[in-house]
Amino acid sequence: MRALAFRPTRWAVPGVFVALALTLAIGWLVVLIDGGQLFNQSTTVSLLHVAAGLGLVAVGQTLVILGGSLDLSVAYVVSLSTLVAAETMNGSDGALVPAIGLALTVSAAVGLFNGLLVTRLRINAFIATLGVGLLLKGYLDNGYDGPAGATSPALVQTLGYQRIGPVPLSFLLLVAVAGVVWLALARTRFGHHLVAVGGDPEVARLSGVRNDRVLVTAHVLCSLCAGLAGIYLASRLGSGAPRVGSEGLYDLESIAAVVIGGTALAGGRGGVLGTVGGVLLLASIDAIFNQLEVDAFFKQVIRGVVIIAAVAVYARRALRKGAV
Amino acid sequence: MQTVQRPPLPLRLLRVRPGGLVPIIALLAVLLILVAVRQPDFFAPPSLMSFLGRSAPIILLAAGQYFVIVSGEFDLSVGALVTAQVVVAARLIDSEPAHTWPVVLLLLGFGALVGLVNGLITTRLRVPSFITTLGMLLILLGAVYLWSDGAPKGGLSDEFRRFGRWAFEDVPVLGRVPYALIVLLAFAALAVLVARSDFGRTLIAVGDNPRTAELSGVRVWRHRTIAFVLSGVAAAVAAILIGGYSGVSFQAGAGLEFGAITAVVLGGVALGGGRGSVVGAMLGALSLELLFALMNFYGVSGALRSTVQGAIILLAVAVSAPRSSSR
Amino acid sequence: MSDPPPVPLLALRGIGKAFLGVRVLDGIDLDVAPGEVHAVVGENGAGKSTLMKIISGVHVPDGGSIEFAGEPRAFRGPRDAQRAGIGMIHQEFTLLPERTVAENVHLGHEPVRRGLVDRRQMLHHTRQLLASIGESALPADARVSRLGIAQQQVVEIAKALALDARLLIMDEPTAALADHEVELLYGLVRRLQQRGIGLLYVSHRLTEVFDLSDRITVLKDGRRMTTLRTADTTADELVRHMVGRELSSYYPDRADPADLGPARLTVRGGGNRKLRDVDLELRGGEVLGVGGLQGSGRSALARAVFGAAPFTTGEVTLDGVPVRLRSPRAAIRAGVAYVTEDRKGEGIVARQSVLDNALLASRAAVAARSGRAARATRIRELLAAVRVRAAGDDQEIRFLSGGNQQKVVLARWLMLSPRILLFDEPTRGIDVGAKSAIHDLVRRLARDGAAVLMISSELPELLGMSDRIIVMRDGRIAGELPAGTTEKDVVALAVGSVEAAA
Repeated sequence: MRALAFRPTRWAVPGVFVALALTLAIGWLVVLIDGGQLFNQSTTVSLLHVAAGLGLVAVGQTLVILGGSLDLSVAYVVSLSTLVAAETMNGSDGALVPAIGLALTVSAAVGLFNGLLVTRLRINAFIATLGVGLLLKGYLDNGYDGPAGATSPALVQTLGYQRIGPVPLSFLLLVAVAGVVWLALARTRFGHHLVAVGGDPEVARLSGVRNDRVLVTAHVLCSLCAGLAGIYLASRLGSGAPRVGSEGLYDLESIAAVVIGGTALAGGRGGVLGTVGGVLLLASIDAIFNQLEVDAFFKQVIRGVVIIAAVAVYARRALRKGAV
Repeated sequence: MQTVQRPPLPLRLLRVRPGGLVPIIALLAVLLILVAVRQPDFFAPPSLMSFLGRSAPIILLAAGQYFVIVSGEFDLSVGALVTAQVVVAARLIDSEPAHTWPVVLLLLGFGALVGLVNGLITTRLRVPSFITTLGMLLILLGAVYLWSDGAPKGGLSDEFRRFGRWAFEDVPVLGRVPYALIVLLAFAALAVLVARSDFGRTLIAVGDNPRTAELSGVRVWRHRTIAFVLSGVAAAVAAILIGGYSGVSFQAGAGLEFGAITAVVLGGVALGGGRGSVVGAMLGALSLELLFALMNFYGVSGALRSTVQGAIILLAVAVSAPRSSSR
Repeated sequence: MSDPPPVPLLALRGIGKAFLGVRVLDGIDLDVAPGEVHAVVGENGAGKSTLMKIISGVHVPDGGSIEFAGEPRAFRGPRDAQRAGIGMIHQEFTLLPERTVAENVHLGHEPVRRGLVDRRQMLHHTRQLLASIGESALPADARVSRLGIAQQQVVEIAKALALDARLLIMDEPTAALADHEVELLYGLVRRLQQRGIGLLYVSHRLTEVFDLSDRITVLKDGRRMTTLRTADTTADELVRHMVGRELSSYYPDRADPADLGPARLTVRGGGNRKLRDVDLELRGGEVLGVGGLQGSGRSALARAVFGAAPFTTGEVTLDGVPVRLRSPRAAIRAGVAYVTEDRKGEGIVARQSVLDNALLASRAAVAARSGRAARATRIRELLAAVRVRAAGDDQEIRFLSGGNQQKVVLARWLMLSPRILLFDEPTRGIDVGAKSAIHDLVRRLARDGAAVLMISSELPELLGMSDRIIVMRDGRIAGELPAGTTEKDVVALAVGSVEAAA
């Protein structure tokens, strides 16, 4: 096959990787001056763990945002999925497969519901998924005061803590999922159609794309990714955690990671590679500040600045392109 | 103008039109009836007054959010702004009564400044407001945690807290009238005035069709920026009331941004701009609070609040007539 | 009249269409043979675009029959027509700028192998398509946003061909092209012709029509005037068929030259990205008509004066005072008003009331000097004076007819008592009654001392209203004509079949 066919489409090597490299280089230097070591085993491992959780959610979020939609319910899907998984497993390895299956099914159902609200009832995606998120939040708040269920030990030992060198299994899962999504976007009809729907719904329709079906599929896949993130978190925590999603700000941070990665919030432009870069960038900032033992909260401020600055840079670039 | 047919004024007010007040008034009426059936005491002046006082912050936030949403933008930073304000107030006042007024002024200025920054980044740097205010949310929360080393410091003076918890006693008929209610009425009147001013009317035009507005001489970026400033100031006032009523905590403003957006949408304001009234937005907030009160009376667990909020918002938007596209 | 070719690809018989009782097409017959370029010409409003929309399945005709490739057809939608083999190249491209040429060409029907999109096949097929129309230099894997307008047009054509289009409709294909790009299009059209594809070529530009077409059909007022063999006709004859209508409608009296005031607006050497060397003088009391084709710079001229897309070179004076109008707001405050061509997109705020629309500019641009009550009284008087028909001034403007919407927009500007009024197609899409009311208003404004610049594609209106006419072509003023000139002169200047003597 010619090199061309393998070229990871136009949005490859997004600027976010430059920013990531710079951040890591500067971080490494600063940490070194501070007398520490950024790239030691434990920092790297925890960085990749952070990236795995957020990354799974953000990869899913990329799909809906590319299609011109949005999902604010993912944080609660994450929490719900940890609970469904952990409660079904109930501490034994026997129920591992059905538990994972059930957690993913429940997640997919939420995604289907989101998708139908957005396409069939034509509710603004922001409001639709916010509403669904609130529905789930109420269910979680009402039913759970704290951790519930117990994750199967086998899952904890593998997905939760096993690693190959410094790379946790969970990060490999993220890589695999991101790879599959990349393939779906670049090499399936669904992917091509999704980008078209996000880019210009009218053009897509005129070209014979079934817009609604494509968007519903994207929402289901997005929720599935969030469900997977939930299963991973259950394996880390050893139990279901009703507030892990919302306290981790998985909804807003996943959107932030997607846009930092260069995907346009309005849809139609971007890709999953950039999102992974965005996730790694956010996780690196975390790791650097942890190493420096600077107030953990400072990184939050930096995150906010990075998000705004990144999008301002993209907006500027788009503006300049438009002016030519 | 040649009027084809023009119904008398009362009928015109009631005419159901998208963005009009009829649906929200109907919803409010239904809620009031349900409350009356279950808990007639609620309408006794003391409990009614205290309910209105408690609802004041979210109503103010809804009014602020109205200006931003009607101009076609979002403000996700108000919840974090409220938290930041409360924590900052506590630390600066440090239980020292003399600091009260300077700090109140400072908070108002701080709210306006945050709004200004939101507005300028959104309009001048062309960052979608969703992202701008999301970033601002993270910055504000991080900054206050940072500044207070993870636990709120200092304390609010009683002078400060009286806005949120004191009341005029022995008012004829009404009995106890909370300061918060007076503050609410004053700012609500102000909001209505702003909404009906030239600025308020052209702001809706900006949300409806920025091209037309620009070609009619509106400085679109300036209008939107001012809308963000109004939202920031509303958050400052809300923070003063919330700080007084419930004290200092990092949870002071948690989730308020979505509460305000829900209220605004419930009140018939279109996301994406161009439609709705500030009165509707405030009534939407009142309905939401009333709904939560009602759930209390019916013994529904407080934990289910969000489920009800979610269901209501989905129903309200699904039922409302104009079908906007998915975004 | 020529004989129809033996085996027509497309055969229309007696096509008619009415919108809301207004007949826009009546008994149209048209044939296109394989490999033929059939040009369709006519003034704006002659029914060309409605006819094209019927052929491409957007509209359903009220009467008549469509035969395509020998079979009777009734298209239910654009996709129906596409599948049958009719491709339409719109003036606005239906391409995704962020995607590659190959992805655009195959959108909606990507080749799949083992569940995955076969990129190689897609690129291969795209290259084949491009090569078949002699465009193999165009990279199939380039992002569309990187391409020039002419190349994008090629992609659009390839997209239609990918669906095996046998008939292509091109609607003003050169409108967006630069001169050298037009040459490329010519070559492309000839190669499509050689492949046996039939082409319906809608254009205003007679040069192109004569360069490219085999036959020409002239439409006027929804009827087919004639179909001519290109080789047997001349530009003169064509223009005669396109115009030549008795001036039946009433227009208000022109200004008496003695009543004209001094120059209110002058432009010297004005230019920007769309305009060159514009010299213009507009006097108080006169209506200056601006003719020209779409894209000739007419609207750009109005927008430059109004500060929406300002002049970057040259000098502008208002009542003798040099000014720099860099924004609409500045222009409005200097006393300039602009009634836009795109009423829905730029003229009204659709979901606001009549009153809010009428007050928009006053609220935005000037302080309420005389107080809000006085302003409210004044706007009600104005709305009454322009005879807006509405259920009340609190009715949303989107529910009004086009004519009434336009009157509200007029009232918006009249509130500011402007010195200069720029009208861009003021009566487009407006019924006859409202039309003459607007004509009267325009004239009355001029009589009251305002200077009026009026762009119009409708020749009778342009001729009937203007005290003077300038005709734009390719971003410049191609020439000036006095009152009482003929439609033919205007068209000739606009399409460039003569150079102005002036």
